[in-house]
Amino acid sequence: MNEKKKLRVATASLAGCFGCHMSFLDIDERLFPLLDIIEFDRSPLTDIKHCGPCDIGLIEGGVCNAENVHVLHEFRKNCKILIAIGACAINGGLPAQRNHLDLGSCLTEVYLTEPGLIHGHIPNDPELPLPLDKVHPLHEVVKIDYFIPGCPPSGDAIWKFLTDLISGRTPELGHGLLKYD
Amino acid sequence: MSDTFQLDGKEVAFESGQTVMQAALTAGHYIPHLCYHPEFKPHGSCKLCTVEVGGRTVASCTLPAEANLNVESNTGELNALRRTLIQMLFAEGNHFCPSCEKSGNCMLQALGYDLEVHTAGFRHMYPDRPLDASHPDILLDFNRCILCELCVRASAEVDGKNVFALAGRGSGKHLIVNAESGLLKDTNIALTDKAMQVCPVGVILPKRVGFTVPIGERRYDQRPISAQALDDAPRPPSGARHE
Amino acid sequence: MLPDANLIYGDSPKCELDACLQHIFATYGNNKTNLLQILNEVQACAGHISTDAAAYIAARLDIPLARVKSVASFYSFLHLQPQGEYRVLFSDNITDRMLGSQDLMQRMCQQLWLQPGKVSEDGLLSINTTSCTGMCDQGPALLVNGKVITRLTLQRVQEIGQLIRNRTPLAAWPAEFFHVDDNVYRAGLVLGNTLTYGEVLRNSLQPGGVPIIDSIKQSGLRGRGGAGYPTGLKWEACRNAPGAEHYVVCNADEGEPGTFKDRVLLTRQADLVFEGMTLCALAVGARQGFLYLRGEYQYLFESLRAVLQCRRNANLLGRDILGQIGFDFDIEIHLGAGAYICGEESALIESLEGKRGVPRNRPPFPVTEGYLQQPTAVDNVETFCQAALALQMGAEKYRAIGTAKSSGSKLISVSGDCPRPGIYEYPFGVSVGEVLRDCGAVNTRAVQISGPSGVCIGESEFGRKLGFEDLPTAGAFMVFDDSRDMFEVARNFVHFFAHESCGFCTPCRVGTSMLKQTMDKIAAGHGTRYDLNEIEHLDQVLQSSSHCGLGRTACNPVLHTLKHFRPAYENKLKSLDFEPAFDLDGALARARQMTGRDDAGAHLKGDE
Repeated sequence: MNEKKKLRVATASLAGCFGCHMSFLDIDERLFPLLDIIEFDRSPLTDIKHCGPCDIGLIEGGVCNAENVHVLHEFRKNCKILIAIGACAINGGLPAQRNHLDLGSCLTEVYLTEPGLIHGHIPNDPELPLPLDKVHPLHEVVKIDYFIPGCPPSGDAIWKFLTDLISGRTPELGHGLLKYD
Repeated sequence: MSDTFQLDGKEVAFESGQTVMQAALTAGHYIPHLCYHPEFKPHGSCKLCTVEVGGRTVASCTLPAEANLNVESNTGELNALRRTLIQMLFAEGNHFCPSCEKSGNCMLQALGYDLEVHTAGFRHMYPDRPLDASHPDILLDFNRCILCELCVRASAEVDGKNVFALAGRGSGKHLIVNAESGLLKDTNIALTDKAMQVCPVGVILPKRVGFTVPIGERRYDQRPISAQALDDAPRPPSGARHE
Repeated sequence: MLPDANLIYGDSPKCELDACLQHIFATYGNNKTNLLQILNEVQACAGHISTDAAAYIAARLDIPLARVKSVASFYSFLHLQPQGEYRVLFSDNITDRMLGSQDLMQRMCQQLWLQPGKVSEDGLLSINTTSCTGMCDQGPALLVNGKVITRLTLQRVQEIGQLIRNRTPLAAWPAEFFHVDDNVYRAGLVLGNTLTYGEVLRNSLQPGGVPIIDSIKQSGLRGRGGAGYPTGLKWEACRNAPGAEHYVVCNADEGEPGTFKDRVLLTRQADLVFEGMTLCALAVGARQGFLYLRGEYQYLFESLRAVLQCRRNANLLGRDILGQIGFDFDIEIHLGAGAYICGEESALIESLEGKRGVPRNRPPFPVTEGYLQQPTAVDNVETFCQAALALQMGAEKYRAIGTAKSSGSKLISVSGDCPRPGIYEYPFGVSVGEVLRDCGAVNTRAVQISGPSGVCIGESEFGRKLGFEDLPTAGAFMVFDDSRDMFEVARNFVHFFAHESCGFCTPCRVGTSMLKQTMDKIAAGHGTRYDLNEIEHLDQVLQSSSHCGLGRTACNPVLHTLKHFRPAYENKLKSLDFEPAFDLDGALARARQMTGRDDAGAHLKGDE
């Protein structure tokens, strides 16, 4: 058997709920054959904090704050193929529902004027990433190569997409696997 | 004997007065469409049904069928165009499928599925379009409006009520209702109106019934829109059917 | 349910508007087709169309209130919200900009403490931009409450500011502000004609309709609106189409930026225009004609009405024209209200019917189903002039002018970088270079022929000839010298199309605004080669799937400038890699303001 070099894959969740990561795990026992051909770099599954050179990057969640921008740039720099996975990464999703509101009035309402707040103040610790005025889908910030829609995409959809991609076919989901909800 | 034209190399019979879309659907050939509805006069605004005839691209729903036309529809180029048009509609409004009770019954979404659209791709416009929840039984969620005018047409032509109209122009075009207050509760709309049944997306919704059929078991979860649209097409009496 | 008209009318407290409405309905009656005209009058009288007024109009015309709002909101000169006593609109064509309009507008905003697009808090005024007002030969121009003011200078703008501040009624403003010059530098067949009005008509009465059509066909006359359809064939198709009535429509909705020849024809040759229309009526069998005048040319309305009255008095219009029993024909003037799309003939007809100016599905064409679904001949102002002259001269003589496939003369509206902007009439076949020489242009980099929807040509093509064989044109001829950034020219045109898209079809409604966003992104320094790809992609979609010519040509300015002046785009690109359309660090500004932070972590620098 010729030892093929394993594909390095990194994953991250930005303004997401980790639902897409959970769904990834839903490919269940197929994880084993997958792990024969890929290995994980930065990912919540490995706890590696920074991404090195990778073949594939998978990102769930949209871009809502400064830290998201840093992570996304790091992925774009290191990943040959960058994939947006899930509704939030693709169109902003739930976090983007604030996009027609002014960020200032959101912060004021949540941290200052919300009834029941005592000594409310807007958090200003330098450790915290600042929110952007709007939540953006990934493709509005960097070039994205592929998109796997769904909230979350099913394990089957992710499996089909990745196996297509790894075997060199243009990924296609088709009826039943392609879902936006 | 009726005349015929060619659609993707297949012979399609038509009757005089039919458009290419009408004849194609009647004969069991699907051309993707969104603003076209078999019960209404063709509108020609969504442009999903654009086909190529003699080197020109035209909307097939409004193109009168003529003998010996050579119509191409199911080509890579035209489907790429349709994909882009679907993407434009997704980027123009706020189409957040996970929270939409029309999900699974939505034609825009179903067309996206059928055409293998994975993303809107374009920069999203995130327009600010407040809901109208004033009516006790009906909700209007303008975020999802694709301006197909089917409700406008149904309310005027079938219900005789003119509850809906379009206002503004260009990217500012939007749906309005016929009331001085601008609110649906002050119109004479009724749950039984045709206008309640024609919205291809999730704008006009009866309240309290949204999830009677669970997500995953809905119309376009069952079978793709390309198959279902043919079921809805008016057919000639059996025997006269032409395949 | 429609409210009772008389009740509302009786209860309404606004006496002035009441009197105005009463007068309007006395003029226009309860005819739905007059909706746009009624709305224009209410707008002029009250400054906006209030919900009360809209409801009253709806009740009188027996149409839904939503339809009144739907129509009113389509036209940019009509407002459903109060707009200020003085509504100032700066003409925003590229030629106005080249003459400094943007700076002047900014200065006026500063002077009057106002942001563009906003109504001042005291309700005194609003300042905004509008599409080309057709005064490119004497810009920069603006409209104040619909009246055009030309040759703006800083001094003039400041005087206007003072007049507004003092609430001086428009009628008391200096007359020279409103003066419009004709600027005719070269007259020919049309502008130099010595016709006695009524003469062609008198000579054509006896032969009648069919010989008129034959003669027009033989003359080779083609439409002057740009498309160049043979006029004789159009008239013939209209005549032969069955219908209870036939109509003649003169398209004076001269909205193509850079075009102003119809303005001059309607000023100097109104009789000739009407004579041409009457001849057309005789040819197609029409009893009613319309002149659809763009709202920007409202100042011509009264003089045109006076010409019509003179013609009625001379029995050149009305019943039994020139004694020919049964030849009845009259002309009504309809005013547009700021919608370029109404220059498209089927949209124009919709607008004439008092509807939103949305182009119809074709076929059927207007010659068979036009105004009120009846056969209708729609022709350009200049076409009617040429038709009258062709009939007077005879087909042979007329054909001898111009070229083989483009007979007769053409009025060219020259503007932009040249010392003598104005009207030049040439026989067809004149070269671009010849026009440039005549208007005194030097160091010319490019010429935009036939407006934004036409073509942009560079120096290597100045030998090309105006005419249907080579460069068809509706008349616009905008000159750009080597100091001009052709990217900015294209961006101005792209903004124009996005503003004027009717919004009916997906590709144009969404595509023109995406094209605008992308051009703005490049202008803001965030552009990359991905954006050039996106532009090319959008162009393809617009071109192949738009409902009408607006969408199909909206990409022309970009395509042509990309072809001839690609470096003007490329030198604005930030890098070859993808860049967001917005400034990432700028997107944190609001959060910095709210948290009071300014540490390193509160910033995003470049590509980190």
